[in-house]
Amino acid sequence: MSQMNMLEAIRDALGTEMAADERVILLGQDIGKFGGIFRATDGLFAKFGDKRVIDMPLAEGAIIGSALGLALSGLRPVAEIQFLGFAQQAFHQIVPQVARMRYRSRGRFAASMVIRAPFGGGVRTPELHSDAIESQFAQAQGLKVVAPSNPYDAKGMLLSAIRDPDPVLFCEPLHGYRFIKGEVPSSPYMVDIGKANVVRVGSDVTLFAWSASVDLAMRAAEVLSTEGVSSHVVDIRSLLPLDVDSIVGAAEKTGRCVIIHEASLTGGFGAEIAATISRDAFYSLQAPIERVTAPDAPYPLGAAEQMFIPSVERVVAAVRRTLEVQ
Amino acid sequence: MLFTGGCNVNSSLMPQFSCHDDPVTPLRLLEPSGALVAGAVSPLDDEQLLRALRLMMLSRAFDAKGISLQRQGRFGTFSPVHGQEASVVGSAFALDPSCDWIVPQYRELPALLHQGLPLEQFILYFNGHPDGGKIPDGVRLFPIQISLGAQLPQAVGLAWGLHLQKIDGVVLTYFGDGASSEGDFHEACNLAGVVRAPVVFFLQNNGWAISTPRSRQSAARTLAERAPGYGFSGVVVDGNDLFAVYAVTAAAVERARAGLGPTLIESLTYRLGAHNTADDPTRYISQEILDSWSDRDPILRVQRYLAARGVWNDDTASEFRDDISGTIDQALAAARATPPPAAEDLFRHTYAQLTERQARQLREYAL
Repeated sequence: MSQMNMLEAIRDALGTEMAADERVILLGQDIGKFGGIFRATDGLFAKFGDKRVIDMPLAEGAIIGSALGLALSGLRPVAEIQFLGFAQQAFHQIVPQVARMRYRSRGRFAASMVIRAPFGGGVRTPELHSDAIESQFAQAQGLKVVAPSNPYDAKGMLLSAIRDPDPVLFCEPLHGYRFIKGEVPSSPYMVDIGKANVVRVGSDVTLFAWSASVDLAMRAAEVLSTEGVSSHVVDIRSLLPLDVDSIVGAAEKTGRCVIIHEASLTGGFGAEIAATISRDAFYSLQAPIERVTAPDAPYPLGAAEQMFIPSVERVVAAVRRTLEVQ
Repeated sequence: MLFTGGCNVNSSLMPQFSCHDDPVTPLRLLEPSGALVAGAVSPLDDEQLLRALRLMMLSRAFDAKGISLQRQGRFGTFSPVHGQEASVVGSAFALDPSCDWIVPQYRELPALLHQGLPLEQFILYFNGHPDGGKIPDGVRLFPIQISLGAQLPQAVGLAWGLHLQKIDGVVLTYFGDGASSEGDFHEACNLAGVVRAPVVFFLQNNGWAISTPRSRQSAARTLAERAPGYGFSGVVVDGNDLFAVYAVTAAAVERARAGLGPTLIESLTYRLGAHNTADDPTRYISQEILDSWSDRDPILRVQRYLAARGVWNDDTASEFRDDISGTIDQALAAARATPPPAAEDLFRHTYAQLTERQARQLREYAL
């Protein structure tokens, strides 16, 4: 057990699985000697060589398309896309090709592969680097879409993702790469994909979040506790498949729900969660479901982003609104 | 004439702004008359040629049958091979199905059959049965690709992966002149060159992408000459000449197997039929052009060659036709005997296991 940040936990998982399974190879831009633009693969090139830690041409479509072919040849590719916003350049390979290969071949071919990409704002990136577009991939049936919020889950879920027979889009919190820290076991362990996790137990209101927004929800819960409000915080962790039972159970527990995400409101994944709660926990609801999201506008340049992404103040305000409904 | 405008520098220091525009003669070994080109020999023996011819004739007969059934509402929208049989069969014959792979587009039926796909499977697919996409175990073939060009980086990855694992195998991937305009073509060729993947890009230039002519796809003199820009060879072959297509593809496969990397083959052929059964080519192709290509029919060419050698006559032709017709009827019957899809088939194979939500949705179908 040691203290790690998100990047260290991800790097630990990659190194662990590469040592355990020689089929595992890493593909991406600048991941070799350079160790990746965020150093997620730092040291792995030196340890495993250029046949397993492979610098790719600057072409997201070719990275993902060739990873699919590599997977079908018997390898276990883990592809890094530098920012999830750039995965749009490979959308045509991820959604209709990678996600559907098992279905189209009626089980003959499995695209057992992982696509890693950081997403989300807060670090004043240039355009397109911060876009939270995870919900666009959550419609890709055949793909699994996960977004861990802490180092323990990051390692355990990445190990699960690499061993998963189905393709996994592994969304990492760009903002929390270095400051989100936690205890991580040094031995390998799995965290199930498809399971939500209660990260704070409470009784007055339920907050739903994933990735960097979980940290935000926890900070809001702290503020609320000074006002005597007890928050139940659920880390969704897996968007596809979705842990419907845990979400419904957590909604029923308090009857007051606030969903937080960095994507814009309209069509954001919060809509899916809200609709699920409305359908399956309707008679337990005490108040309308609140969503704290980015506004319906493109991700702005850095100087404007703090107005754009959800804040502790906006979460606290949304919780107060739900509590006002009697 | 050199353009000498622009800023004031010594023009002899400037690079030449030029590209190739002299005509390219595709490789041909067999004349449309069925005679060998002077100095050429057949790269296939009579027995191999008869097998190739049977496959070409089967493809032509299936096109006719499929169109007829489609018009009666008994078969789905599909794309005939008509006119391109030498291109497809000649290239497929250059592979060893026991180790080599085909990553297809969708207009390559006889290549899929040669690789080991049962005909009834192809029929099931175009009948709209989900299980039509199933590739039998052991058959080294990707599912048909509908999103044009998307198969190309996948083929590179597959070839590269075999190479990395030291597994013997070459990957041949099919696409057309239209698909060669896709970004995936560029990304795939570029990557294949960098990693020296054992892949053969087999571009069937049939003149048309539905109604868009080759001239609207690219200003390049040939599509093959893009290959040197990626660091490997591109060759142009008479796509209606079974001998030339086979010879060129066999050489490319041999080079890939020897570790010499990828090749781009541009097979110059012509789509004598429609893009698919929903198309009406009379709106954009003149009868005169079709007639001129019919004179270069790839099947007639092989039959004329074999007739001159005394191994093809009216009797063998009629034997072949009967045998092929029996094969097609048998496959159609097998496809008809397949049970229709059930609700379960909507969900099956999305993931290795049904998700909880899928299981719930499936149960709702039973209510």
